[in-house]
Amino acid sequence: MCGVCGCGEGHSHSHDHEHSHDHHDHDHHHQHNAEHAHAPGLSQKRMVQIEQDILAKNNRYAAENRRYFGERGMLVLNLVSSPGSGKTTLLTETIIRLKGELDIAVIEGDQQTARDAERIRATGVAALQINTGKGCHLDAHRVGHALETLQPKNHSVLFIENVGNLVCPSAFDLGEAHKVVILSVTEGEDKPIKYPDMFHAADLMILNKTDLLPHLDFDSEQCIQYAKQVNPRIKILSLSAKTGEGMDSWLRWLKAELELQRIDYA
Amino acid sequence: MTNPLGADLHLPEGCMAGIAMHEMSLCESILQVLEQQAEVQQYNTVKTVWLEIGALAGVEIEALRFSFDIVVQGSLADHAHLEIIEVPGQAWCMPCSRNVVVQHLYDLCPHCGSHQLQVNSGDQMRIKELEVE
Repeated sequence: MCGVCGCGEGHSHSHDHEHSHDHHDHDHHHQHNAEHAHAPGLSQKRMVQIEQDILAKNNRYAAENRRYFGERGMLVLNLVSSPGSGKTTLLTETIIRLKGELDIAVIEGDQQTARDAERIRATGVAALQINTGKGCHLDAHRVGHALETLQPKNHSVLFIENVGNLVCPSAFDLGEAHKVVILSVTEGEDKPIKYPDMFHAADLMILNKTDLLPHLDFDSEQCIQYAKQVNPRIKILSLSAKTGEGMDSWLRWLKAELELQRIDYA
Repeated sequence: MTNPLGADLHLPEGCMAGIAMHEMSLCESILQVLEQQAEVQQYNTVKTVWLEIGALAGVEIEALRFSFDIVVQGSLADHAHLEIIEVPGQAWCMPCSRNVVVQHLYDLCPHCGSHQLQVNSGDQMRIKELEVE
C-alpha cells in the first residue's frame, strides 16, 4: 500500500505515526548544520521557490487510497461530527440493517480507547481502531495502513468514523467518496455557520436524534437553511438512529452510492 | 480554558490544552515539506518561510504562528521567520454570474443576497517560497 511513503508494509500504527512525523531526522539536520558552519560575513542565504500545498503529503496518500477504493469498487464514507452526535450508534444501527446484504468494514478513529471498535465488532463486522493520541483527526497515511490490516472486500462499504471534532478533519482528505457530517438536534441549529468548514466539505448532512425534537427548542428549518447557506450542494437527511425513524432514506442513499461505485468506468 | 496567546483565539471543538491542534498539525505538515525539500534543494537551514493562507482556509493566523514556533524547535527551521500572505476569499455567484468577495463560507452574495456561491479562491494553504542557507 505504501508506495508513496516507502515505509514498508505491515508496520504497526504507532510506528507509522512516528515515521510520518520524521522527528528522528531533526538531529541529523542539526548536526549537519554545525559541521558545515560558514565563515562569518559570508552569507549563503538564497531564495527557494516551493509552491506546494501544505497538505500535499496527505493529499498524495489520499489519492493513493482513492485509487485503491476505485479499483475495488468500494464505497468509502468519512463520518465526521462533534463528539456525542451519535455517530457510533448510527453506525451500529446501519450495520445491523445491512450486514446480511452488503460487505461492511469500519475504521474507528478516537484519541484513546478501543471502545467504539468493540461496539462495532459486537455487530459481527470487522472493525479496526486507530488511536490518534494527541492528534485531532485521522490522516490518509494511517488510513492507508489500516487497509493493509483490514483487507476490505471488493464492492464493500467502508465506514471511517473520524475523531469527534468539527474542525480539523475537514482539511484532511482520506480518499473517501463523501464526507458525511452528523449533527444531533441536541447541539444547536447554528452549528453549520459556527463550524462552516466541515459543512462546506461534506456532501451529506444527517440530522440525528430527531426523536428528541419534541423536548427541545431546536429549529430544524433554520438549521437546514444555515447548512445550505454554507454549502448550497449539501444533501440533508433527518433521522433517529435510536427509533429507526428516517433510517430507510439513509440506507437507500447508501445503496445508491454503492451502486455508483460499482460501475466499471473505462 | 487558558489562552496562551492572551488574544482573541477561537479554540475549536476537539481542541486540547489551550493550543489549537488544527494549526499544530498544519505546522507539522509544513515542517515535513521543509525537511523533504532540504534534500531536493540542497539547504541546511530555513531562515524565512512565506505562506499563502486564504481567508476561507479555516486557519487562525495567530494560532499558526504560535504553533509554528513550537513545532520547528530543534529542527532545520528553528527560529525561522514566518511571513504570511493573506489572500481574500472569492466566490462565483450563480445568480449574478460574477465573482464576489466573501469573508466567510456562510456569507451571502453582497449584491443579490443569494447563498448560491461557489468558492473559487481564498481556500488555499500554500508554501510559496523559502529563504534558506
